[in-house]
Amino acid sequence: MSPVAVIHVTLKPGVRDVHAESVARQAADYLRLDTGRIKTGKLYSVIEPLTPEQLRRLAREALCDLVINDVRVDARPDAAGWGSYLLVGKLPGITDDEGMAAQRTAADLFNLPGEARRQSIYVSDVYFFERELAKSDLLAIASELLGNPLVHHFDCGPVPPVLAYVPSVFIEADTSVETVDLRLSDEELLALSRDRLLSLNLTELSAIRDYYGRPGTVARLATLGRPAQPTDCELEVLAQTWSEHCKHKEFNALITYVDEVAGTTTQIDSLFKTFIRGSTEAISERLRAGGHDWLVTVFNDNAGVVRIDEQRLFVWKVETHNSPSALDPFGGAITGILGNNRDPLGTGRGGAKLLFNTNVLCFGPPSYDKPLLSGQLHPQRVMDGVRRGIEEGGNKSGIPTVNGAIVFDDRYAGKPLVYCGTGAVMDASYGGRHSWTKEIAPGDRIVVAGGRVGRDGIHGATFSSVEIDRHSPRTAVQVGSPITQKLLSDFLETACRQGLVKCSTDNGAGGLSSSIGELALLSNGAELHLERVPLKYAGLRPWEILVSESQERMSLVVEPGTLPSLLELADRFEVECSDIGSFTDSGLFEAYLSGALVATLDLDFLHHGVPRKTLSARWRPPATTAAHLPPMLDHNELLTRLLGSANICSREEVIRQYDHEVKGKTIVKPLMGAAGVAPQDAAVMRLGFEDYAGVAISCGILPRYGDLDAYQMSAGSFDEAVRQIISIGGRLPDPAAATCPFWSVNDNFCVPDSVYHPDTNPDGEYKLAQLVRMCQALYDMATFFNIPMTSGKDSMKNDLRSDGTIISVPPTVLYSMVAGLPDVRLVVTSEFKAPGDLVYLVGATYDELGGSELYRLFDQIGTQVPQVRPEQARRIYQRMGRAHDQRLLESCHDCSDGGLAVAATEAAFGGGLGMDVEVSPSAPPDGAELARQLAALYSESHSRFVASVRPAHQQKFEEIMGPDARALGRVTASARVVLRWQRHPLVELPTGELLDAWRHGLARARKGR
Amino acid sequence: MRSVNALVMTGYGINCHEETAAAYRMAGAQAEIVHCHDLITGRVSVHDFDLVTFPGGFSFGDDLGAGKALANKVRYRRLPGGSTLLDELQRFLAAGKFVLGICNGFQVLVKSGLLPNVRGTCQQEATLTVNDSGVFEDRWVQCRALPHPGTPFLQGIDRIDLPVRHKEGKLIFRDDALRARIVSEGLNCLSYCDAAGQPTLQYPHNPNGSVLACAALRDPTGHVLGLMPHPEAYLSALNHPDWGHRFRQDPGLSPEGEGLRLFQNIIAHCRSPEHT
Repeated sequence: MSPVAVIHVTLKPGVRDVHAESVARQAADYLRLDTGRIKTGKLYSVIEPLTPEQLRRLAREALCDLVINDVRVDARPDAAGWGSYLLVGKLPGITDDEGMAAQRTAADLFNLPGEARRQSIYVSDVYFFERELAKSDLLAIASELLGNPLVHHFDCGPVPPVLAYVPSVFIEADTSVETVDLRLSDEELLALSRDRLLSLNLTELSAIRDYYGRPGTVARLATLGRPAQPTDCELEVLAQTWSEHCKHKEFNALITYVDEVAGTTTQIDSLFKTFIRGSTEAISERLRAGGHDWLVTVFNDNAGVVRIDEQRLFVWKVETHNSPSALDPFGGAITGILGNNRDPLGTGRGGAKLLFNTNVLCFGPPSYDKPLLSGQLHPQRVMDGVRRGIEEGGNKSGIPTVNGAIVFDDRYAGKPLVYCGTGAVMDASYGGRHSWTKEIAPGDRIVVAGGRVGRDGIHGATFSSVEIDRHSPRTAVQVGSPITQKLLSDFLETACRQGLVKCSTDNGAGGLSSSIGELALLSNGAELHLERVPLKYAGLRPWEILVSESQERMSLVVEPGTLPSLLELADRFEVECSDIGSFTDSGLFEAYLSGALVATLDLDFLHHGVPRKTLSARWRPPATTAAHLPPMLDHNELLTRLLGSANICSREEVIRQYDHEVKGKTIVKPLMGAAGVAPQDAAVMRLGFEDYAGVAISCGILPRYGDLDAYQMSAGSFDEAVRQIISIGGRLPDPAAATCPFWSVNDNFCVPDSVYHPDTNPDGEYKLAQLVRMCQALYDMATFFNIPMTSGKDSMKNDLRSDGTIISVPPTVLYSMVAGLPDVRLVVTSEFKAPGDLVYLVGATYDELGGSELYRLFDQIGTQVPQVRPEQARRIYQRMGRAHDQRLLESCHDCSDGGLAVAATEAAFGGGLGMDVEVSPSAPPDGAELARQLAALYSESHSRFVASVRPAHQQKFEEIMGPDARALGRVTASARVVLRWQRHPLVELPTGELLDAWRHGLARARKGR
Repeated sequence: MRSVNALVMTGYGINCHEETAAAYRMAGAQAEIVHCHDLITGRVSVHDFDLVTFPGGFSFGDDLGAGKALANKVRYRRLPGGSTLLDELQRFLAAGKFVLGICNGFQVLVKSGLLPNVRGTCQQEATLTVNDSGVFEDRWVQCRALPHPGTPFLQGIDRIDLPVRHKEGKLIFRDDALRARIVSEGLNCLSYCDAAGQPTLQYPHNPNGSVLACAALRDPTGHVLGLMPHPEAYLSALNHPDWGHRFRQDPGLSPEGEGLRLFQNIIAHCRSPEHT
């Protein structure tokens, strides 16, 4: 190894060290450690042979900022006055963007060629502490606050005489290919699957064994001089392709569904085909019958594609990245968002312009105080890391994060759910050819563009299909590189527009084996030459090259004639592109290493050979008990507590750290109003600067209702996403009408292990029945409203098994919706606009407090889950559409968590206004008064809005809405919230006090830890 | 009318080039988005333009400090003729043309020495570093321009609301003498201000803790301007977070965003007889 030179950059005395202050504060708050003063610094370890003069110039002229930095070109630190130290470096092979940036800048400084393909500068963070801290305390600071042992290297103790750290990768060069003999007993086969992390079950292993016993296979392999047994490459390619992640075996299983209530038994031939694709097909027929052709590509590409207008398409994809985020929250989330960005980017021919990101996150509560299991991170750490990953991934890519949600529940403390969404706009044609198609002919070249391949991220696809246990592979952890991807996406946008790319796809789960394996279906064959795949370091086994999920790579299909132009453009954009093979029509997926065939698989077997699963589901409603609340409740206190509760309070501290307005097209941001604190429903973006066409973006997720009825939970989540779009002024699709706005929905199911096993999963049949019911609701809602799914992704085993216990997520479905808006100037925000306006409750309130946030305050669930009443909902949404058409609404906010009381109060946050409203129903139903008050204020009945209307529009509005809107009172200038029950105030508080409780809820929940 | 040509730089993680180009087009200029690599290799020359803009973004991921790596490229990387991009920009400015840096672009201009450049040597005199809050924040702030801002970009602007979106926007000067010259020459042409319109150090009105409440700097000639807030993100009245209330108060409110004025100002100036 080359000798190491060290450059140590610190802040000058007198320059405020904000990072050090934050570390000291967190050490005190979370770890009860007094660190004394802290000094932070960056350590550049340089293995490039540079002269002393070059090193000095690099340090002083390029790496340090002489206004604020001191710099030492010396491995011996100035330790005077410091009691201990901590170095946080990256483990070998982990993304080191700072090191790569230093290398690029060194190339600029010395005017060397800019290629930085081999790493020669590594960056670590160095901390000096005033106190002499014990090694265990320093390691706690390292692993709890600053890094993660799965991706970081830590050195700590007294300040050492010499500082240096180089995370070199040493791999014994072994490019051999093994033959794996499958003539094994069942037990031995299962052990093979376990040891190699193949995640294949016995039926699947037997299918593979049988394939190699088929006369056709035997004969074909014999002509190649090979035994009729798989190579390790073939086995790995099969395992990745057949993974739950890639083939959705449970969503495609044959399910016997017993409904004990109805007394019926049904055979379901694939949840996906029956309910998800089935609903879209039904809607598609109606749309076409009505002459609407906006559904362009559904389910069979990386993202769903709908038509905006003649020139533009909207591309929409939402994925999850749960397991990696549980292990390394920052790396998992940033890899998740960047990976999801590549889906729209690699849809059709490719190169769509990314318009926005969304993220919906489910965590254990910040105040979680149960003992942590081995391998489990505290929910607060998970949340901090995930939030930072989304910030870096989105902000550094220049994509605004415009919509999302955070849901807290103890059951997400084992595995968080991290949903990442990306919407994009693609030109409908490139050079006169449709942009959304994927066409490949034999002879087309396979080009990989972007990052290089390493051992990071091997087995991600199979890993995400198993529960996390203590032996989860470190190689599954990756840290995304936004800058690498930014260069790649800039290049791809241009290359596609210039017609240099025939089509493209993401290299995600399963690596080349999946991306090329799937594209090969289009030409009926592909051959790869693995020695041409650019590697981060030598020594990868051929099977590793095939399945590595190293990030920021895309596969491009290029006609041989355009290859030179493409490579020239790549050079201008400083993106590495390599021609690694070609498509064929051989019917085979083949891989060569330096001329030797290392894998040859029948495409048909690869993609259609996986045996179908058969599963059983049994529905019996869960036993429920009526909620018991204290007999006396103070509504002032109750509403204040509710507004400050973890699931309702403001997400401002999170939202502000996401750039939600880069691109300059965000019209309704997550927070609006003069003070920027009023929460909104759907986000609204315009699409360009020349016109006002836009999209509304919303999400629906209500997992707590699943404890009562998974069907209503799914239906309610669907309604929640729809009503957010209706609220800002979106219109329901009407296939029979002359104009019918496009809608595009991604569904994402995240469920616990739902496969029955008498020992390990005794209630598996109930869990699967919950999933069946969630899918039934999806079908019913989608076909009722004519709102189609266009893409999605499921995650099936969201459980943490550790120390003999299991923490399973509640079954969860997220609906992420986008609807076209003809003119964003006509949308309405949620906050009240002027005193004197009339306040209306739109929609009907029922005694449906089951699963409500109110009950959660008292650790109760109750019985009456909110029901979606589709006919009523449609009537209300259509009437609201007419009111919007006539511009009668000044504000509109959907009623959701916390019911009317919370929605109305939130509407007052925008302009420092107040309201005086009567919440008692005009004809009070029977029942105890307290129960009726609670239902009126806090019931979470669906399809409702709090709207405000100026007095001049009162009559018109009431004519349109009829009994669906009830005037409650008026917006007041007094900045007081007054909610009355038969004229007597139940709640009477300054708006500012309620705002304060709501705004600081998250910070207070965290302090409660 | 003379056509004004604006070069909007992109590449290496710059990401506000499209809205910046849109701003120039709305203001009546021709705008061309040019990859920095094409300037370095000489495919495109800055001298074919009237204006060069370094837009916002995260050049080189902001590793090494925001804007630092791109500033190094501007200072050190040699073009085919042997000069650096910094040399070319100095020639460009000497010809009476204009350079604008927004957010990350401002950081690049400061770290490459083009701002404030009091001594005229293009040596770094100030820096933009981590906000006192320690975090990236996207929020709208109120700014106030000096009555005589000394740069055509801000001509006629008094108070203006704009979004900031950065983690490293705290301005620090090399020394007190320099700071005094900044004030005496009025180079701190735009400040973060409170509701009363007074420059303030109070968070969140001053979102980062900048000395002098400084939101922007110009050079002594007024031909180079850098600012942390994003005028290109306020091209439409509908970008403002309070547009709902504002339109209710004043149904005749202009559909244009206030940020557009900076671009209109500079285009008008480039077209004015005294300039040409």
